[in-house]
Amino acid sequence: MKPVIPMRFRPICLIIAILALTAPAAAAQNYAVFDSVDQLQSYIEREKNATVVVNFWATWCKPCVAELPLFEELNRMYDDQDLKIILVSLDFRSQLERRFVPFLKSKALESEVVLLADQDADTWIPLFDSMWDGGLPATLVLNGKQRIFVSGEFSSVEELKKVIDSLRADSPRFRSPVTCGSKLAAGQ
Amino acid sequence: MKLIAPIFQITLLLFSLLFISATPAQSPAGYVIGDVAEDFRLMNVDGRFVSLSDYKDPRGYLIVFTCNHCPYAQLYEQRIIDLHRKYAPLGVPVIAINPNSPSVVPEDSFDEMKKRAKQKKYPFAYLFDEDQEVFPKFGASRTPHVYLLDSKLKVRYMGAIDDNPEVPTAAQKRYAEAAIDAVLRGELPAQNYTRAIGCTIKKKP
Repeated sequence: MKPVIPMRFRPICLIIAILALTAPAAAAQNYAVFDSVDQLQSYIEREKNATVVVNFWATWCKPCVAELPLFEELNRMYDDQDLKIILVSLDFRSQLERRFVPFLKSKALESEVVLLADQDADTWIPLFDSMWDGGLPATLVLNGKQRIFVSGEFSSVEELKKVIDSLRADSPRFRSPVTCGSKLAAGQ
Repeated sequence: MKLIAPIFQITLLLFSLLFISATPAQSPAGYVIGDVAEDFRLMNVDGRFVSLSDYKDPRGYLIVFTCNHCPYAQLYEQRIIDLHRKYAPLGVPVIAINPNSPSVVPEDSFDEMKKRAKQKKYPFAYLFDEDQEVFPKFGASRTPHVYLLDSKLKVRYMGAIDDNPEVPTAAQKRYAEAAIDAVLRGELPAQNYTRAIGCTIKKKP
């Protein structure tokens, strides 16, 4: 495995990792709540200068929770200006205080967490990918106009990185085969 | 360095293409609307095998892939019971099937299914797809995931029960009921496919 992070940045990563491990669990993470998918879409589109990784998850989804450390690792690998991770939780509003907030507190996630509370799933699911039927987890990687949607969990951060690199490789020859699904249409 | 970088990028791309073709963002293959479903023979929580052909003069069947552990399935549990109570007397019984492998989710074992069915007094058959051969035929991918068959076993609806998992009374669209009502009138459901969030079906590793 080729080192992903240049040597000179490694001490910084180590410090971040130590901080993450030793951070007091008292500070609960802030999270935005989006009542409608339009708000989430505008929010994602704001990040048009970076690669955006949108992961759909929920505290009740076991494979999703198992996968979260991969996104955390990815978050530490890249500069925030360069790659932005948005963990979109589909947790239930009625369980926010009882389940969601304590979960965030215990995990002390560094990646950004938002909550999508739009109930009309049949309408919003296909906006992210026409072939997605709603199973969790699911991940959408956006880079400018290019996009890759992956249904199901990643087993390693390398797998995730491959998807990102394939989008970022600046070769038009390879663009069409790796982009799939519908566009995240603006204003939809 | 200038030469190596593109070679490295292309290698990465080729690897990623391999990876992407291995995990397509597609629903698994399965029945499409209008297909005739194959009958099956699965063990019920009462210890007897159940097949679609066991039902006398049905006007349809509501096949519900569901399970014990999934919070979404739990949210819909009472609604599934209510659907059976409302429609079984009209000839459209619910047939619940647990498609999950207990090796992945111990809460979805056959013993746990029996307990859950007893505790919640399931009025319908709760079958175990132990060999995981039935759910792929339907193309079920999550729990709960419902399929409405007509009396000729033709698939007439697939998808969600309604559009509000959390608050049953706030549901605006009751997809499954609307589809059953249509089939009972001898019509085709106006909406025959919906997507929904749910727990992915847990396959044997």
